[in-house]
Amino acid sequence: MDNSLAISIGSIFAWAGPVIFGVMGETITERAGVMNLSLNGSLILTAMVGFVVGTTTNNFMLGFLAAALVGALIALLIAFMSISLKQSQVAVGYVLAVATKSLAYFLGAPYVGKPVMLLPQVPIPYLSEIPFIGAILFKQTILTYMSYVLVFVCFWWIYKTHQGLILQGIGERPSAAYIRGVNVNRMRYIYTGIGGALVGIGGALYSLSVKTWNGQLSGFDGIGWIILAITIFGSWHPLKGAMGAYLFVLLQYLGIVLQPLLPNINSRIFQVAPFPLMILALLFVNIGNADWVDRTLAGLPEDVRRTIAKILRAMKTSPPAALGIPFEKE
Amino acid sequence: MDVEVRNIHKTFGKVHANNDISLVVKSGEVQGILGENGAGKSTLMKILSGFISLDAGSILLDGKEVTIGSPADSVKFGIGMLHQDPLDFPPLNVLDNLILGSRERMIPNRKKVRQEFVELQKQFDFSISPDAFIDSLSVGERQQLEIIRLLWLGAEVLILDEPTTGISAAQKIQLFAMVRKLSEQGKAILFVSHKLEEVEALCTQVAVFRQGMNVGQMLPPFDNDKLVEMMFGKILTRSDRKCCTQEKVNIEVSDLKIDDPRLPIKNVNFCIQKGEVIGLAGMEGSGQGLLLRALAGIIRPSGGHIWLCEENSSKKDFVGKHYFDFKDSGISFLPADRLDEGLIAGLDLREHFILAEKQKGFFVDAKAAMQLTEKRIKDFNIKGTAENMVESLSGGNQQRAELALLRQPLRLLLLDHPTRGLDIESTLYIWSKLKQRCSEGASIFFVSSDLDEILQYSDRILVFFGGKVSKPLDAGDVSVDQLGQLIGGRGWE
Repeated sequence: MDNSLAISIGSIFAWAGPVIFGVMGETITERAGVMNLSLNGSLILTAMVGFVVGTTTNNFMLGFLAAALVGALIALLIAFMSISLKQSQVAVGYVLAVATKSLAYFLGAPYVGKPVMLLPQVPIPYLSEIPFIGAILFKQTILTYMSYVLVFVCFWWIYKTHQGLILQGIGERPSAAYIRGVNVNRMRYIYTGIGGALVGIGGALYSLSVKTWNGQLSGFDGIGWIILAITIFGSWHPLKGAMGAYLFVLLQYLGIVLQPLLPNINSRIFQVAPFPLMILALLFVNIGNADWVDRTLAGLPEDVRRTIAKILRAMKTSPPAALGIPFEKE
Repeated sequence: MDVEVRNIHKTFGKVHANNDISLVVKSGEVQGILGENGAGKSTLMKILSGFISLDAGSILLDGKEVTIGSPADSVKFGIGMLHQDPLDFPPLNVLDNLILGSRERMIPNRKKVRQEFVELQKQFDFSISPDAFIDSLSVGERQQLEIIRLLWLGAEVLILDEPTTGISAAQKIQLFAMVRKLSEQGKAILFVSHKLEEVEALCTQVAVFRQGMNVGQMLPPFDNDKLVEMMFGKILTRSDRKCCTQEKVNIEVSDLKIDDPRLPIKNVNFCIQKGEVIGLAGMEGSGQGLLLRALAGIIRPSGGHIWLCEENSSKKDFVGKHYFDFKDSGISFLPADRLDEGLIAGLDLREHFILAEKQKGFFVDAKAAMQLTEKRIKDFNIKGTAENMVESLSGGNQQRAELALLRQPLRLLLLDHPTRGLDIESTLYIWSKLKQRCSEGASIFFVSSDLDEILQYSDRILVFFGGKVSKPLDAGDVSVDQLGQLIGGRGWE
């Protein structure tokens, strides 16, 4: 099989790393009932911080740590404003999204053009030898491997562990979690912080592995908003969210591949197309929520209708009931 | 376990919610706690379950003094509380809902929990699937599940806060059987209610709360009049049921058909006379709500006719017309959920009257609105001022406010659980106001899960079962037993 094809498909998984970290971070945060709307700015600021700390100390580890810390701090600021001061999470998050982005461009300007270092690829022994698949999935950076694992860890944590049930509980019905002895606000702080740290790692992963810091992350700016959308349309479910993330990156990748093949089309279209296409895909996933679908389906034969209805129901989303609502015990 | 509270005090601002309350409940007793809304029952229960802390006094369990600082503490001491609206997690399944907050470790042993749940459930003849999702269960089943959860956590004292609000008659029977069994097992049970009949049927002793104080304890046989007097400090008399039907057809419904995906309704035929009260009986969700909303013009029927009959015996079909047309011809609908659908939380009473009345001109006539509001507050005996936000009013006063907001004159008044959650005094008051409307020529159509209320106030009764609607039954000729059979699905052709 063509090796260069495998490598380019592999780059989809590499590029999806930051998106996966972002989606998982936001999924956990929102499951706890807090909305971190600052995502877009957070990602850009942590990309800058990760790059600057990583390259100046010549230590990737420190770069990721610093970015995680900054991501967590932004998230904790939102948690403090919304949980303790009971302010609107939307207003606080939006202002922070704008502020952190400007801050990143301002503070990061002097570091543009600094020697670049990129996270090395670490092929996994044996697995990377598997024809085709090995080159796609297992010749990646450590952080990309971590992004695969993260998806399953999040899934396992939320649905299979006691702590994960508590996480679902504080986002769904904090009063019921409270009477069962859960310290709702403390848990919300913790999960918002963890979620923010994951977002931070995603930001640093972009600047230390996918592209570097060049003072103007035009390919990255806007991804934060898409991550918010993927989180929502992925039903706050790690596996569905991951599918959304890979789909989005695939669309972006197709844009890059198709552009030289179709030279007559304005290159801008290829850059922009993934965003509306993503939204359309997400709309389709949730089509089962519309009333007219029920009516249309009613005309179909019974077994066909049942099957379609079942699929649509599985795709349906409902947000954590207490998302964005501060918890008060009477 | 024996529970004792001694000289409990709790104040909220100026309100003395619990004033020197003492109470002893021994193991195996079913202690009824009666009182109207705001008498301090809930405050004491919230203190016992750790939701709020006490200002002064002590709590003793088996003679030992304990400090309950949080709900987690109270669970640890073996006190479990069933809240009026079961505090569970709708999107989780039964097993996960059990595990959340239990002593299960990091990775729960679901197999063990399932087995324990099934065994516990068998004791009480319940049949809830451990894999069912909470949001697919009825309120009654969620209560059963919540009680089982509390027992599974080792509760020795159970607090049931108004548990019969919102469950079907059959589930009430199951609940009572469970309570009796639990008391035989030696659990101490506190049964909070404002319904005399229930307390008398179930409890081995009754305490009556009034204005934050425990005004007396009574052992069976219970003296009904005495209990009422203790609750209200005065004797209340129920108004006699009297038929004020005017023998003039007000609304005629023929072959009405409602296409609901879960509960299709068809072939509904009846007439409503002027001044008549029709009660809709049946388990919750048997189609009463659908018919009520169809008559209000909120749901569009897929077939049949709703004829509005005029004095000169001409009639107009309203099927397919807009909700506003229904409203303009004097049909009003009061939903069950007062704060969500009936009133607007965040607006005060005066603003509600401004919205409800037709306004002249562009600007609000604040003075006229104030006058109207104050007059209605007086007329309807609402405890509150024009500037009170509606959500700060008690349930009874919210319902009075909703009645006060209705326009004059009315042709048909549709009520969904008009007295749910209200104390006896408010219930009597609401009905006296409703009857007054009837004497002015309005017809009333109401849904209630309280059979006594239906028999007491209706002229005729429609029984619902799984989307089927009975012929109108004369309330004078039908017995509770007959109704119960029909509601349970027996005796239908």
